[in-house]
Amino acid sequence: MRDPGLYDYLPYAGRPKIRWPNGARVAFWVAPNIEFYELDPPRNPARAAWARPAPDVLNYSYRDYGNRAGFWRMLDAMKRCNMRGSVSLNVAVCEHHPEVIQACADNGWEFYSHGTYNTRYLMGMTEAQERAVIQDSIDTIRKHTGQKLDGWLAPALTYTDHTLDLVAEMGLTYVCDLFHDDQPGAVKVRKGRLISVPYSLEMNDVIVYNVNLVSPRRYADILKRQFDRLYAEGEESGTVMCIPLHPYLVGQPYRMAAFEEALSYITGHDKVWLATGREIAQHFSDHYYDAFAQASQSVGEAP
Amino acid sequence: MTIPDSYLAYANRRYGMDHDRYDWSMLPQRKPVVWPNGARVALWVIPALEWFPLDMKGVPFKPPGAMQTAYPDLRHYTLRDYGNRVGIFRVMQALDRHGIRASVAVNAAVAARYPTLLQECTRRHWEVIANGQDMDHLHHAGLDPEVERKIISDTLALLRKASGQAVRGWLSPAKSESAATLDLLAAAGVDYVCDWVNDDMPYAMRTKAGALHAMPHPVDIDDYTILVQNHHTEDDFRDQLCDQFDLLYKESETQGGRIMAVSLHPWVIGQPYRIKALEDALQHIMGHAGVWAATGSEILDAWSAGQS
Repeated sequence: MRDPGLYDYLPYAGRPKIRWPNGARVAFWVAPNIEFYELDPPRNPARAAWARPAPDVLNYSYRDYGNRAGFWRMLDAMKRCNMRGSVSLNVAVCEHHPEVIQACADNGWEFYSHGTYNTRYLMGMTEAQERAVIQDSIDTIRKHTGQKLDGWLAPALTYTDHTLDLVAEMGLTYVCDLFHDDQPGAVKVRKGRLISVPYSLEMNDVIVYNVNLVSPRRYADILKRQFDRLYAEGEESGTVMCIPLHPYLVGQPYRMAAFEEALSYITGHDKVWLATGREIAQHFSDHYYDAFAQASQSVGEAP
Repeated sequence: MTIPDSYLAYANRRYGMDHDRYDWSMLPQRKPVVWPNGARVALWVIPALEWFPLDMKGVPFKPPGAMQTAYPDLRHYTLRDYGNRVGIFRVMQALDRHGIRASVAVNAAVAARYPTLLQECTRRHWEVIANGQDMDHLHHAGLDPEVERKIISDTLALLRKASGQAVRGWLSPAKSESAATLDLLAAAGVDYVCDWVNDDMPYAMRTKAGALHAMPHPVDIDDYTILVQNHHTEDDFRDQLCDQFDLLYKESETQGGRIMAVSLHPWVIGQPYRIKALEDALQHIMGHAGVWAATGSEILDAWSAGQS
């Protein structure tokens, strides 16, 4: 495939206008990735789990910091800002670290699936294998949190050609895997209705810290600039801003204060809807899905 | 490409960790740590004295700071050696000003090549910890266990003789270990290892040869990561060290004693245009009441005393 064919074209200018609850301009959500990386996982032929030969003590322990230390700081900062998380969850954390899951649940956070482990990738799986992974997520999240699984972010952003078709068929309602828009939209799947909710790589602490190598204070500045523009544009039609986090990065002591300052800045605004991924998908589905579908244009054939 | 169904089996999916080296533990839920004299933050400074051989083989990978150009890479060889000749003396001056004793992580090769440099460290009552043989002898799965055992025992023997100290701490070059490294270290009389970056406090590890502790030696905020890899400015590095301290200091108010670990590479931080970042950060840190500047062994002993 040259084009994944996942959505029609809908230019930002001239769309049906989105109105969020209570006249909010921005639907703001925070998506902590609560992950478990295995020390010595079986190898997927398409990708090694670690840069170094096993045991990759440095990279394994770097991730483990998130659950032992970083998560708890991030949780406190979010509580102080009255911000619920939408947890992008490697569901095996339910078994490994139930205390982390309980702390999220106690604060009314949503859980959605980020696969089983962040060291088990989807590439190369048959449909039956991929269905088994998705069913594992549905069952594990139901069993440990009582929640119905609605959202999906593929483990380590790995896919087959059918991943999004399968999550829609199995009853999930939204995905975070597509980065083509600042508003929700329809994903074209074989069966059912699937909404793309804007997540973000640009605001993602992994990209900001480990790819773009910026400083914590600069990250705070980036978050505020992103919010300011989406807030201004949201007066015309509601926008979405997501901050995807990884406790092993944002939860480092030298990064916490700058992050909390930005979070407090954003959540301190009047017309911001402090939402979860599920709530944003639901509101869009109920009120704008059809209007957006009607306004969309089919994509032409590339020469 | 096909994936066997065994790829969907998870033998270690259970409560706690997926291995037996240490137990799962949550930082804020532990018994608060009490430092000597009621200090809030233990300041632990760990400069590394490294030797990167000119003919590095880079097995199984090139460590940070390795030679980069075609042989002979004189530019990187000499720039790394700058740390041992010049940079470390700027670091010593910065620490001496506050009476801070470091735990210096020394390649055995540095102690053998520059005995007077090691004497400069021991004369200051710095703690010597082992940083392996040199930066081209990495511990990894492909190493014959007997060879690894010999590297560890030779390294410790050389450093113990040269320093006159017990040499209780170990930092593996590039924080690289084999599956046997922890067992071999404990058997060789090492009390603490600095390779794991999953905690802000010491914790107990499990080995075949008895007790061993992990000490929180950071990589994310060291001078190499921030200044060389991330290309941040000197002022940015100073700010990040100060922010790190401020958060830990604040946390200690409610959660017990914390450790501020400062990992340094004198070939990085010891450059004339960079050293002030360290000096200014130390000024900020030492200007607070309740900062205990200590060595790794002192910190571990104080922590251990409070665990029983």
